[in-house]
Amino acid sequence: MDWQAFRVSVSLGLWTVALLVPVGMWAGHALAARTFRGKALVEAAVAVPLLLPPTVLGFYLLTLVSPRSPLGALFERVAGTALAFSFPGLVLASVIINLPFVIQPIQRAFEGIPADVRDAAACCGLSPWQRFRRIEVPLAWPGILTAAILTFAHTLGEFGVVLMVGGNLPGDTRTLSIAIYDRMQAFDDRSAGIMAAVLLATAVTTLALTTLLSQRLVRRRG
Amino acid sequence: MADRRLLVVLRQDGPIPLDVRLECQAGDTLVIFGPSGSGKTTVLRAIAGLYAPASAEIRAGGETWTDTARGVFVPPHRRHVGYVFQEYALFPHLTALGNVEAALTDQPRGERRARALACLAQVHLDGKAGRRPHELSGGERQRVALARALARQPAVLLLDEPFSAVDRAVRRRLQDEVADVRATLGVPTILVTHDLDDVVRLASHVLLLDRGRAIALDTIATLMRRPDLPGLVDAAGPGTVFDAVVHRTHADRGVVELAFDGGMLVAAGRAPEGATVRARIPARDVILATSLPDGLSVQNVLAGAIRSVTLPEGQDAATVDVAVGGLTIAAEVTRDAVQSLALAPGRPVYALVKAVSVEVTGAAGGRAPRS
Repeated sequence: MDWQAFRVSVSLGLWTVALLVPVGMWAGHALAARTFRGKALVEAAVAVPLLLPPTVLGFYLLTLVSPRSPLGALFERVAGTALAFSFPGLVLASVIINLPFVIQPIQRAFEGIPADVRDAAACCGLSPWQRFRRIEVPLAWPGILTAAILTFAHTLGEFGVVLMVGGNLPGDTRTLSIAIYDRMQAFDDRSAGIMAAVLLATAVTTLALTTLLSQRLVRRRG
Repeated sequence: MADRRLLVVLRQDGPIPLDVRLECQAGDTLVIFGPSGSGKTTVLRAIAGLYAPASAEIRAGGETWTDTARGVFVPPHRRHVGYVFQEYALFPHLTALGNVEAALTDQPRGERRARALACLAQVHLDGKAGRRPHELSGGERQRVALARALARQPAVLLLDEPFSAVDRAVRRRLQDEVADVRATLGVPTILVTHDLDDVVRLASHVLLLDRGRAIALDTIATLMRRPDLPGLVDAAGPGTVFDAVVHRTHADRGVVELAFDGGMLVAAGRAPEGATVRARIPARDVILATSLPDGLSVQNVLAGAIRSVTLPEGQDAATVDVAVGGLTIAAEVTRDAVQSLALAPGRPVYALVKAVSVEVTGAAGGRAPRS
C-alpha cells in the first residue's frame, strides 16, 4: 500500500473541491438565474470535459501549464518552480476537468427553486447577496453537497489526465490510481489489489454518504 | 404628510400587451378582476418591480419606483411592498417565524423576533411559529404569507389570488384576516382575483382588465350596477353593493336593521350592532311599484326616484337605477314593465326588497364606497 500516493490523492481531491465549489456555486447560480446571449455555448463548453478523451484533455492542459504558455511562464516567475508536472499544475488540471461535475448539479439545484420563492425573497427586502446566502444556497444545499462529493470521488479515480499533466512523481503527483497502474506494471498484484480495494471502498462510501445526506436534507425540509 | 397613494401607469404593445392607469388611495382596496391571462398578475409584478414594462410610471408611499421616461427603476428589494403570492411562496427551509423574520432584515437584529411574533399573532398563528411550511395547512401557510407581507410595513399591499387554493370556509376566515391586516396597515391594497365573492367582500374599487387593457375602473357600488360589463356581473348578475351600519339586531327574528345613506333596511342575517357591513341586493330581486302597495310580505318599501333606465339593444331585461336618498339601487325589470309602468328618469317609484334578498357579507371593504 502506497500511503504517500493515498495522501496525494486525498489532498488533490480536497483542493479540487475547495477551489471548485465556490466557482461552481457562482457559475451554477449565474447559469440558473440569468438568460444571456451565448448561454447555450457556455453550457456546452462546461460539458466538454465529459466528452473528450482524457488524452486530448491532457494534451491541451499540458499546453496550458507548460513554461512556454503565458500561464506557465507567469507561474514560474511568481512561484519559482514549473507548473507542469507539479502538484499545483495537477490541481489546476483537476479543477478544469471537474467543472461539469460541479457546475451541472449546482445549476440544476438552483433551477429547482421556484421562481415565486426567489421573487418573494426580493419582495421581503433581501438584496441579491442576502437572497443568495439566506434563501437560495440553503435550498440548493443538497445539490451543492452532491456536487462536492462527486467531484472528490471523481478526482480520486482520475487517471489519464493526471498521468499526462502530472507525470508520475512520487509524493508530488503520483496519485493512488497511478500507483495502482505502476504496481500492475511491476507485477505487484498484491499491492495493486489492496489499493484498488481502498479506492473501491472510498467510492462506495462517498456514494452512500451522498445518498444518505441528500435523503436526510430532503426529509428535514419536506 | 407624504402622499401615500399608489399611482400606476403601464403601457406596452408586447409581449404582454398592457394599457392600465390606476390610482389607489391609502386605506382603499382596489380589486383587479378579469379572466385568466388578462394580465392581472403582470400589473402586480410591475408594481413590485419584478417585471419591467416598456413604458411605466409607478409611485407609492411618496416615492417614485418606476419612471421609464426618466430612467428610474428601483429594484424590488428597495420597494416597500407586501406581496402575497398565489402559491404562498414561503421559504421551505425556514419556520413560520423564520419566514416572517426574513422580511425584517432592515430592522435591528434584536427587535426582529418580537416583531415577527407580533405579526404572526395578528394572523392568529403565534402558536405555530416553530412549524415549517410543510407542517402547516393551506390556510395556515397563507396566513404566514400574510404575516410576512405585513412585517415589511409596506407602502402597498399586493395580494395575488390569495384565497384560490383553499376551500370556501377557510376562504371566509382568510378574507377577514386580510380585512384586519389591511385596516392595520392603512396603505393602498391591490387584490387580484377572479372570484366575485372576494370582490363583494373586500373591494372598495374595481378595475376590470381584459387582455391587459383596463376596461373600467370605478367604485364597486357603481360597477356592480352596470349590466354591460363582462366578467364582473356575469358571475352574479348586476346588483347594488353598499356599506351600512347595523342599527339593531333582532336575534329572535333572525333579522338586522341596517342604516344606510337613505334610510333603513331590514335584512335577514346576524351581525353585531354598530358594525359596518357590506350588503348586496341582486338587481333581479328588486321589484318596482309606481304606487304604495299594501298587503305584501315585503319588509322593505323604499321610496325613491328613477335616475336612469338602461335598455341594452336586443335584450329583454332593462336595468333601472333608483335613487333612494344617497344610495342608487339597481332593479332589473322586463322591457314590458318599462313600457306598461312608463318608467323614465325623474319618475317617483317604490323599490320593494325582501329581507332575504339583502345579502349581508360581513366586513366592509376599505373606506365606504362613494355611490
